[in-house]
Amino acid sequence: MNSSPDTMTRTAIDQLEGYSMNAGRSDSAATRGHHVSAVVPAVRPVVTATSSSRLEQTVKFQTKSLDFFYGDNQVLFNVSLDVPEKSVTALIGPSGCGKSTFLRTLNRMNDIIEGTRHTGDVLLEGTDVYAPQIDVVLLRKRVGMVFQKSTPFPKSIFDNVAYGPRVAGLKNRLRLAGIVEESLKRAALWDEVKDRLNKSAMALSGGQQQRLCIARTLATNPDVILMDEPASALDPASTARVEDLIFELKQNYTIVIVTHNMQQAARVSQQTAFFFQGELVETGDTRRLFTNPTQKQTEDYITGRFG
Amino acid sequence: MSSASTSSMPLASTGASLCRTLSVQRLKEGLIRTGLFACAGVSILTTFGIVAVLFSNAVYDLSPASTSVNGQVQHNAAFFQQVSIREFVTETRWTPQFSEKHFGILPLVCGTLLVSGIAALIGIPIGLCSAIYLSEYSSPRIRAIIKPVLEVLAGIPTVVYGYFALVFVTPYVLRPFFHDLLGFDVSLFNAASAGIVVGVMIIPMISSLSEDVLRSVPRSLREAAYALGSTRFDVSTRVVVPAALSGIIASFLLAIARAMGETMAVTIAAGQMANVTANPFHSVATMTSYIVNVSLGDTEIGSIEEKSIYAVGLTLFLITLSMNIVSQFVLRRFREVYQ
Repeated sequence: MNSSPDTMTRTAIDQLEGYSMNAGRSDSAATRGHHVSAVVPAVRPVVTATSSSRLEQTVKFQTKSLDFFYGDNQVLFNVSLDVPEKSVTALIGPSGCGKSTFLRTLNRMNDIIEGTRHTGDVLLEGTDVYAPQIDVVLLRKRVGMVFQKSTPFPKSIFDNVAYGPRVAGLKNRLRLAGIVEESLKRAALWDEVKDRLNKSAMALSGGQQQRLCIARTLATNPDVILMDEPASALDPASTARVEDLIFELKQNYTIVIVTHNMQQAARVSQQTAFFFQGELVETGDTRRLFTNPTQKQTEDYITGRFG
Repeated sequence: MSSASTSSMPLASTGASLCRTLSVQRLKEGLIRTGLFACAGVSILTTFGIVAVLFSNAVYDLSPASTSVNGQVQHNAAFFQQVSIREFVTETRWTPQFSEKHFGILPLVCGTLLVSGIAALIGIPIGLCSAIYLSEYSSPRIRAIIKPVLEVLAGIPTVVYGYFALVFVTPYVLRPFFHDLLGFDVSLFNAASAGIVVGVMIIPMISSLSEDVLRSVPRSLREAAYALGSTRFDVSTRVVVPAALSGIIASFLLAIARAMGETMAVTIAAGQMANVTANPFHSVATMTSYIVNVSLGDTEIGSIEEKSIYAVGLTLFLITLSMNIVSQFVLRRFREVYQ
């Protein structure tokens, strides 16, 4: 049921704990991050070649025997999954199978919901994100999230993208403008909105709004981007643009995407995990899983026999 | 059967009639409809009645018995048939009950603004903060305790608030601090004590109305903000409150309108001195307290004093009406924000 354990980045500095030990709220650490990104225009160092062999890859996220409960209702059962760095992992499965819940445990979004609890570990570069010394605000800055429904704030396009850096304490207008431009370019939206940055984000089309939300996430300078059915409310043309974008982004970011659309999973992801009734049934290389599934349930699902 | 049809397909027929028939069911429906309409009509009729009475006594006497004949103003002519609007608006003295009569609304408007201004200063921050707390911070358990307590606050009779201001706020809060410590002259009746209790009175209104609009901000916006690394405070102040801002402002306007119309507490606590003053420790008369005072005294019916309360009432009505209209307008804009 598990994929074979990959080599872990044990040497990686435990950044989360390092951040939270820094005194004076998050401002110092976060603004320092933006100092760097202001000097070097690229938000993240660009990797020229994507590593094709799985052995060379390092594990970004790892869950071990994760159980998750809403009140007394258990929705995840013993989920152990490795998410390789700088690649796309797709989570597929029928509605209510727990894939969104799983995604939301990775940046602790479920904390907002009353009465949730978990057992097992969620490790980001070897650090348990649920450990008591972890600052969840810093975690969510490193692990960004894009939702199914585009959720632009009722503010201008500029203010939407600048939201994250501003929350992190960045006030310098020039540097904010730099981050906004860079993020919008990376989200392939800059050319469409550069002349109306001060107009309301609510006036954008659905596809543009979703790319704006991606730009807004990129502006916080994350390592990991979680996407919860990011294209399910979009028309085919917008979907294609978002998929192209995901393909571009995986060079620099670790992406975990929940999707109902199996063609989409096959198109954009390198690893696919199939969830059914709260359990991780099968996980593996996307091409292998779609062409040669080892589990009966996986085969039934991807051939459309149920779900 | 299908002879009239242009298509070759025959018409289906079950024989069931679709024609209207007079039945008990239909009669009952009609009665219910009429009854409900009558109930809704009561409030409309009342409003029209109030406006008619105010207009008839303040602006132009509609009753057939009294007209101004040959420039001779008859006894029960309306207020503005006896006093010019110019005097009403520009004069700075309000002395209808003295022998030398002046009819300048300014002191009463000033008193009303002073008291409701102090009330707003107290009620708006506390009301808004408690709304934010209830909507964004509190656990359901704590919310279940605080909400009923706030509703109790709304249920206390205003006369109790008035005496609370007079026998507690002034002697035990204002005098020790502002008089003994800072040396201000604090009258027994003063605008500050009235303003403070009216401010407390409008807290439940602001907090429950604002909480409603805060809670109606979609959960998805909050989640998006949290996912960008916001603290709870960031989410509240940078996303939720701005998104609900027009609804919040509407609640402020409604609460201020309520503070302006507040009568009993102000009559008891603020005194009866119609002054143009900004000193909160002086006695002031508000529009409402003047109306109470005249209507309780031995004022002759039909006299100019009696007519003056309608002019004051009309002024207050116009002020609160326009605030209500503005808040409706603001609220309507609010609905367009997210969709």
